[in-house]
Amino acid sequence: MEEFAALLDRLVLTPSRNGKLTLLADYFRDTPDPDRGLALAAITGDLNIANVKPAMLRTLIAERMDEQLFAYSYDYVGDLAETISLVWSADEPLRSNSVPTLGDVVTALERASRSDAVRMVEKWLDQLDASARYALLKLVTGGMRIGVSARLAKQALAQFGQVDVTEIEELWHGLTPPYQPLFAWLEKSAEKPESLSAAPFRPVMLSTPLEEPDYSRIKAEEYVAEWKWDGIRVQLTSERGQRRIYSRTGDDISHAFPDIADYMTFEGTLDGELLVARSGDKEMEIGAFGDLQQRLNRKTVSARQLESHPAFVRLYDLLVDGGDDIRTLPFAQRRTRLEAFAKQLEPTRFDLSPLITYDHFDDLVELRKTPPHPIIEGLMLKQRSSTYVPGRPKGPWFKWKRDPFIIDAVLVYAQRGHGKRSSYYSDYTFAVWTGPETEPHLVPVGKAYFGFTDEELKQLDAFVRNNTTERFGPVRSVRAEPQHGLVLEVAFEGLNRSKRHKSGVAMRFPRISRLRWDKPPIEADRLETLEAMLRDAQAIE
Amino acid sequence: MPYLRSVFWQQLCAWFDKLNQRYAIEGRISLLKRPETLLRSTPAGLYSPAGDFYIDPVRPVERALITHGHSDHARSGHRKVMATQQTLDIMALRYGPGFAGETQAAELGKTTGLNGVAINFHPAGHVLGSAQIAVEKDGMRIVASGDYKRASDPTCLGFEPIACDVFITEATFALPVFRHPDSRDEMAKLLKSVEQFPERSHLVGAYALGKAQRVIRLLRDAGYDRTIYIHGALAKLCDYYETQGVKLGPLAPATLEKDSAPDFAGTIVVGPPSAFQDRWARRFPDPVSCFASGWMRIRQRARQGGVELPIILSDHCDWDELTQTITELDPEQVWVTHGREEALVRWCDLNGYAARPLHLVGYEDEGD
Repeated sequence: MEEFAALLDRLVLTPSRNGKLTLLADYFRDTPDPDRGLALAAITGDLNIANVKPAMLRTLIAERMDEQLFAYSYDYVGDLAETISLVWSADEPLRSNSVPTLGDVVTALERASRSDAVRMVEKWLDQLDASARYALLKLVTGGMRIGVSARLAKQALAQFGQVDVTEIEELWHGLTPPYQPLFAWLEKSAEKPESLSAAPFRPVMLSTPLEEPDYSRIKAEEYVAEWKWDGIRVQLTSERGQRRIYSRTGDDISHAFPDIADYMTFEGTLDGELLVARSGDKEMEIGAFGDLQQRLNRKTVSARQLESHPAFVRLYDLLVDGGDDIRTLPFAQRRTRLEAFAKQLEPTRFDLSPLITYDHFDDLVELRKTPPHPIIEGLMLKQRSSTYVPGRPKGPWFKWKRDPFIIDAVLVYAQRGHGKRSSYYSDYTFAVWTGPETEPHLVPVGKAYFGFTDEELKQLDAFVRNNTTERFGPVRSVRAEPQHGLVLEVAFEGLNRSKRHKSGVAMRFPRISRLRWDKPPIEADRLETLEAMLRDAQAIE
Repeated sequence: MPYLRSVFWQQLCAWFDKLNQRYAIEGRISLLKRPETLLRSTPAGLYSPAGDFYIDPVRPVERALITHGHSDHARSGHRKVMATQQTLDIMALRYGPGFAGETQAAELGKTTGLNGVAINFHPAGHVLGSAQIAVEKDGMRIVASGDYKRASDPTCLGFEPIACDVFITEATFALPVFRHPDSRDEMAKLLKSVEQFPERSHLVGAYALGKAQRVIRLLRDAGYDRTIYIHGALAKLCDYYETQGVKLGPLAPATLEKDSAPDFAGTIVVGPPSAFQDRWARRFPDPVSCFASGWMRIRQRARQGGVELPIILSDHCDWDELTQTITELDPEQVWVTHGREEALVRWCDLNGYAARPLHLVGYEDEGD
């Protein structure tokens, strides 16, 4: 339990991805079964144990200490589990008794009722140190927020076993905690476990960006063109009655999309883009990414959302046709099979992503400039002969994104970064002008922390330090006046309406594309420019 | 029956207060005099009306007694300063030799008389040279403990409990959430991380006086014998600790050589916390920022400060040390200053000690 607690404590405060991977891989190496597997399950959210309510914990502590002293403590710390873990005191003999392992704790809790669980927790609290008490309380209240995604955990497993992460993804859904066969394989002491589950995830094929030197490779007889739809990439698989919707990293998101799962009456595996519809003026229309977000990251989905934002899948590819794995066939043949396969599917839930006919590369240049729908991100170019292989090989599939939107905005706040960047002001909030022309003021429209070079970061940092007007902890507000300040050219992929932002708009994927030292702030864009972009986007729909 | 005793005492005091006012008999019945005539809080700090001196004043005064060298307690500009020789040395290092008009070294455990008040310095266990100051007159003894701790510290003398009528305690970490872990475990945490991330440097933020040297000494005790790099602000104090017999092992300035490309990968660098958010920190490869402080017990504090590896190491008492010290000394009254007074006063109420907050201003309760 104490090693697990130490791992959590470090993970929470480690900002860098590589740092987290090292911590996890070291933990997997140093910790025996079943603890390491249970820790993994706790991190990925795959542990199913009795839940203890915060109110029960409050009762426990009230039996042990003065209410007023607890109130002062809680008020200072602000987190119930952490406060209890710190104020809990036990007699030394109790603590020096056997310390429970993570395995002991999980095994006991799996069998426990909720009220039994509370008594067990009390006993363990007496035996553990403060850090382990905290880990225990987070475990039993189900509030493990440590900034490690399931994807990152799988990456750490791959690093630990020196295998490709797609191998882990492929196996993952057939495995259950504490994953002993998986660890045995990663340690080379056993064969690779067979993927036992029906409807396993099949690692996804990805594309690389199309850049200038490769333009000449794109010929109509070699590459087919398709629109790149801006939803989320999914894999739908249905085998022997088992239906699953996977994200492109192999997370099972079936529960969030019952409106798709219900219609997965086929036998096979499809690759496509999940999109949502929304009710337009006259009929249902394709929603923007913002509409899709209404449906993402939810444990359950309400009947109202199913009606207002129904999901559907635009099909790109067919990987398994009935019982027939056709990933080794060329794309052109798979496409033919896909078109036949799609005929049996419910048309309101599934449609084909159309192929675009073109003669020359120049036609594509034109098409890319004027996509027929705002939810198109650009073009996909797929080699007719390409087999379906996991990962991101260069050549068979290219993505060619639309040029980003660009605006000029004024730097208004800067925040210190983390890790490598903790001595730099590296996160920038930028604003555009609004209000009457004679008396304009700035309204923040977004935040960006990349897009610049290391050299530019130094210049930005120096500018922030030399032009600070106020400080709030790690944040500085920066001089931004009509004739004095810094204009940032900001590139972004799209725009949504937002009630959370004062400006009413939210940018997708904003980054700093250029520093406009030459431009006085008053010449930066106005909010009206962004509002017009929003209107244009809707006009196409 | 400590509780009954304290109630009785309070009533007695209140009664004598009234008596004093009505008949102006202050000073006649010396045994029953209120401690406030010996020490009381004023805007400039703790003042002794009887002895006409201040303890750790925050403004320049005629005569100051100084508990230890931290800058919020030891300020420059007083006319006469009395402190331990080590504290005087440290003040001279920080402020220059002219930091006071006159200085007088207090020998630990040896009584000095000042306008009829007997003064004694005793080790406080906080940092090198730190002392509690006991003042005594007419059978009434008050101990102003300054900042203190009970945990072992290889860089200074340990706290010496002194029986007293009034004990003045700090309250920097006076909340039941603050329980400092064993310093050896904290050092082990740091050394494990150094091993896990050999390609990065570990920057340990530690206050220049006391904490920095303690971290270095504890690393040596844990068997770490490689060169430790230090920020320029630490150099003079580390040298001074060496002259006082605190062996710190091989140290080198964390500076950049002009011609050779410096490589701090895998090293431990100690410096004042403020330096790590400064441009100074950029010379280190992908640093792991560590902070050695009692505040690191609270995760949110570490998170807010951008600390990646918190090292819970304090030069102040934790909650258990505070309450144990009061229990051990068993004073008639407890005066609580700088920090979270309300929780410690509450504990005293619950356990039958008469306690009140002093409300002294000018001490950074954040510094640790």
